[in-house]
Amino acid sequence: MSEKNDILVQVDHLTKYFPVKGMKGPGVQAVEDVSLFIKRGETLGLVGESGCGKTTLGRTILRLHEPTSGKIVYDGKPIYEHQYPFEAKTMSVKGADGAMHPETVLVKKPVPRPKSVDMLPYRRKMQIIFQDPSASLDPRMTVGEIIGEALDIHKLCSSKTERTERIKELLSMVGLNTEHANRYPHEFSGGQQQRVGIARALAVRPEFIVCDEPISALDVSIQSQVVNMLEDMQQDLGLTYLFIAHDLSVVRHISNRIGVMYLGTLVELAESYELNRNPIHPYTKTLLSAVPVPDPQVSRSRQRIVLEGDIPSPMNPPKGCRFHTRCPYATEKCKEAVPQLKEHAPGHWAACHLLG
Amino acid sequence: MAENEKTGKLLEVKDLHVSFFTPAGEVKAVGGISYDLNYGEVMGIVGESGSGKSVEAYSIIGLLQSPGKVIGGSITLEGEDVLAKSKEEMIALRGSKVAMIFQNPMTCLNPVYTIGNQLIEALKAHDKKVSKQEAAKRAMEMLELVGINNVQKRMKQYPHELSGGMRQRVMIAMGLICHPQLLIADEPTTALDVTIQAQILELMKDLQKKTHMGIIFITHNLGVVAEICDKVSVMYAGKMVEQGPVDDIFYKPGHPYTMGLLRSMPRVDAESYERLIPIEGTPVDMLNPPEGCPFAPRCEYAMKICLQKMPPYVELGDGHRSACWLRVQEQLQREKQGAAETKEVPEHE
Repeated sequence: MSEKNDILVQVDHLTKYFPVKGMKGPGVQAVEDVSLFIKRGETLGLVGESGCGKTTLGRTILRLHEPTSGKIVYDGKPIYEHQYPFEAKTMSVKGADGAMHPETVLVKKPVPRPKSVDMLPYRRKMQIIFQDPSASLDPRMTVGEIIGEALDIHKLCSSKTERTERIKELLSMVGLNTEHANRYPHEFSGGQQQRVGIARALAVRPEFIVCDEPISALDVSIQSQVVNMLEDMQQDLGLTYLFIAHDLSVVRHISNRIGVMYLGTLVELAESYELNRNPIHPYTKTLLSAVPVPDPQVSRSRQRIVLEGDIPSPMNPPKGCRFHTRCPYATEKCKEAVPQLKEHAPGHWAACHLLG
Repeated sequence: MAENEKTGKLLEVKDLHVSFFTPAGEVKAVGGISYDLNYGEVMGIVGESGSGKSVEAYSIIGLLQSPGKVIGGSITLEGEDVLAKSKEEMIALRGSKVAMIFQNPMTCLNPVYTIGNQLIEALKAHDKKVSKQEAAKRAMEMLELVGINNVQKRMKQYPHELSGGMRQRVMIAMGLICHPQLLIADEPTTALDVTIQAQILELMKDLQKKTHMGIIFITHNLGVVAEICDKVSVMYAGKMVEQGPVDDIFYKPGHPYTMGLLRSMPRVDAESYERLIPIEGTPVDMLNPPEGCPFAPRCEYAMKICLQKMPPYVELGDGHRSACWLRVQEQLQREKQGAAETKEVPEHE
């Protein structure tokens, strides 16, 4: 990949399964074998439909969810490393017709426990902005207390006046009134609440912020205000973003590179304009053509690829390429083998058998 | 469905006023809206949350809940005054002539009844004579029409067994089972993923061609409007600020709010990076709406008069009108010029 010191976050073969009660095997396979890196100062966008694991991936990178296996390196230092704790075994399973069939199932295998890493120093560097601003702010704390809490935990302010000054500074940074520190979250509109959420994330002077659908709960006319503010913050503070959203047009606007996820796997990763002009994975193509364009003449003339069916359940994902059940070009090979993410053009990665 | 091939006016709304009488005061959710809809036409209503777009639609179908009240104006559906109807007449009207589909299909389907049960119930509510077998047959036909496969099995399933897109298809089937003339779709694709949204939009376009009904499509997504609508009404703070054919709204917007909305949206097909131009400020507090044009506090072109008086509508083209003092000013200038020219050079050519 590219120069070592350029990379702020690197993720190798990251997997996150959520165990399901009363079910054998791995449970919900939310993130499956994702590898990517995020360069310092860039914005990596993640898009995909609901349930594709984009939020889980973002939270797992921060270790808000404990990963199942894989490796996460932050600024050259590993913050998580663990072997894959499952192995594929062929067992005879009772089929729908009542007879026994041989089938490969994932069975737990013993692996050494992961080395524990103290996350507190990293929490200062990695922050998150949540989707629903009203749900992510404590209703019984004032805005000043919410922002100040982060300062206290990391002991960033030596005196009370310094703390008050810093809170005021943060509020004005996100375009709020400094008097707003004494108000409660419910006294603000959705857009303002999201600004409080951003101020809270910025309080500890982080380097890396996971923006988990920060604008999808906001009104159209407010969305662009927040997008512009996030861009300004990045410029002024040299932030690195992982920007998660389902709205491709916003992600394309804000990101340098975009990763497309489908059912827990990363299917394509490329520079944002390259992905837009020249998508190579069949799923990316359909996703792009499904986005409605606010231009009546364009939408009348363009050809749309409409996918059949729904996204399969991540509890029991299809074998082989996870997209093969909906892919119009699927072959026999796609049903058998899992395609690997390969570089097809400089910086343009995709996981599809059809591309060779 | 050939008998549906009617032309002309299906729905006429004139100067509709709806208010909510809350403990904190009167909220004028809809303040004087007029439009008409022809058979076979799709009209989009665009606006932010709280702009009154849903309230307006709820009053057509008589679903407005207390403390909401229609306090003025008229709604005429196929020549009949909807507001004058009794409760019983409204129940007969809902579902048969006018149907509605909602944003969240999960909360609109009854979780303890099967899909088939609910479809048959919708049909029997309006057609008492239909037999059970006949109703089941019609329900299955409807499900097939909305692109659901394996109909026999689906009829026996419960809503939770279906995916979001599937549930929305069931909602559409239920809405259309009595062949309504008017379908009101309140953000029908907002809760869905883009690929599923594309499926539902294709389906609605297809059904609209087949049945020739009128559709009111409420959404905040301008992309969806461009996709499906023939004409558009743009609402802001309970007022209709602009109205016109879809091409005029997108290519010749006449109101600063419409222009602002179009400019503030990033486009998926943009060729290079352009910084977004947001609409500054925050949406209107409906308890204390500003005097004059509601958009004036956020409008970059606002003049003195904008803060004092609500502008009248100005015709900008065929069926395209906008309520903005700038357009009034332009019109006055044009009239003055026109008058001057005709005086100076009578019949020049």
